Amino acid sequence: MLKVLKSGLFTAVQDIGRYGYLNKGVPVAGFMDGVSAKKANRLLDNDAHAAVLEITMTGPTLFFEEATYICMTGALLSATLNNEPINNYEVIKIKEGDILSYGKLEKGFRNYLAIKGGFKTPLFLGSRSLFSSVTKKNHLVDGNELEYDECSHFEPKISKLKVDSFLDEKDLMVTQGPEYGHLSDKQLEMIFGKKFSISNENNRMAYQLEEKIVGLSISMITSATLPGTVQLTPSGKLIILMKDGQTTGGYPRILQLSDRAISVLAQKKYGDEVRFKLNA
Amino acid sequence: MNSYPISIRPFGIHAILLEWPSRVDVAILEDILQFTQYIKECCLKGEEWEIVPAYNSVTLIYREAPIDFKELKTKLLDWYKEDIKVVKRQKNLWRLPVCYDEDFGIDLKELSEKSGNTIDELVKLHTSHIYTVFGIGFLPGFTYLGGVPEELQFNRRPEPRSKVLKGSVGLAGKQTGIYPQDSPGGWNIIGKCSVPMFDPKAKEPCFISVGDQVQFHKITKAEFDLYEIESEVGIYKLEKIVLDA
Repeated sequence: MLKVLKSGLFTAVQDIGRYGYLNKGVPVAGFMDGVSAKKANRLLDNDAHAAVLEITMTGPTLFFEEATYICMTGALLSATLNNEPINNYEVIKIKEGDILSYGKLEKGFRNYLAIKGGFKTPLFLGSRSLFSSVTKKNHLVDGNELEYDECSHFEPKISKLKVDSFLDEKDLMVTQGPEYGHLSDKQLEMIFGKKFSISNENNRMAYQLEEKIVGLSISMITSATLPGTVQLTPSGKLIILMKDGQTTGGYPRILQLSDRAISVLAQKKYGDEVRFKLNA
Repeated sequence: MNSYPISIRPFGIHAILLEWPSRVDVAILEDILQFTQYIKECCLKGEEWEIVPAYNSVTLIYREAPIDFKELKTKLLDWYKEDIKVVKRQKNLWRLPVCYDEDFGIDLKELSEKSGNTIDELVKLHTSHIYTVFGIGFLPGFTYLGGVPEELQFNRRPEPRSKVLKGSVGLAGKQTGIYPQDSPGGWNIIGKCSVPMFDPKAKEPCFISVGDQVQFHKITKAEFDLYEIESEVGIYKLEKIVLDA
């Protein structure tokens, strides 16, 4: 068991997500930054869909009851094991009784803590990802216990990764969304000609952008939306749906983020800047 | 054979969007569902596609790999020309119990004053029509039901409520629907349904599907309390009629 001594700001179990229920209105959920989560799982030789902890901004304090190996990727978040500093992007051996705690966020927004074999929390509709409509709670609380398999010996093929420039990227690669054709030249210029900053309305459901552009009021009939869909409201607000985002919507879907761009955006916090780049 | 002009567009690299003429029309929805059932059973068999129909569109999502848009578009247009009626489609008519007591139907009085119809007349109107599920979204298990008579078409509330209770039955414009969980919401609330619309513990978490039909029937507060308990322990028997589409 992993005991959650302190849960941190927003720490949640996430795996690759919940497939097969979009037609019932259930969002896919899963890793916000799949690029980083998959790296952590790969270093531990886990399945790509193994459940990890997604740690947002402020980390938890965790007590390991059994020996295992862990790896932290994504946002650079200083961490200590029994008060000794440890590195992100590196496989770390854990002994029975070790305590992991986190310190300062240095870069990015979401850190991924993977464990050898993945967390074995209960499956709900085929996924361990926390999402309140399905799993009641959407994040961990003090005192939670998470199951994992003990592993006392493991030789990683690669034990360390360089922190790449991924966290510094500002460009969000997009393709045209279904209603892209309704945009005027002026709107296109505004979208692709300037930087946008992340508003304080940002979470696992959606990221809103601070700067408004000329709005789009076309009559829309409700239709499907996806993680990474950029909606433009009549008042000119840009809303980028994320992994817990609703599965249908009535605002024009002007752009669609690439999978990688969703990961890039997931590492942005309030005030950070991004730019849209159209992939022809 | 199939007369609607359909447009097909990419929606990112993992999805493709098919659109029928832009109107809310049961015949269009039926054509979409007939076609998606056909391609699911006859063309995309064994492949892991997610299919999201809503009103006049359907989105096909394939997460495993990028879609070859041009190739798939050509195939879809060809498949649409085939005899899609070879697959037999069925749909369900669900009879859902609703308590319209003013404790639950908190906006009934206001709607009655606005419309000049008595509360009884409003309830009679709501229960005498059969609605079609045009989409499921917004929240898990939230159904967009179309076919609301003109007398029951009211604007959304000017300010959304921060909390609408689970089971609340609402009216907004040409739509009616049931809140599957406590949620903020701006619809006019006229009653409460005792059957949970989304239950993640159930084998089928949301019994209803796009294209199904719904008719509400009025129950008393005592019946509501009984059915709610029966639903909780899993012995409530939903009333459903299977129809040929």
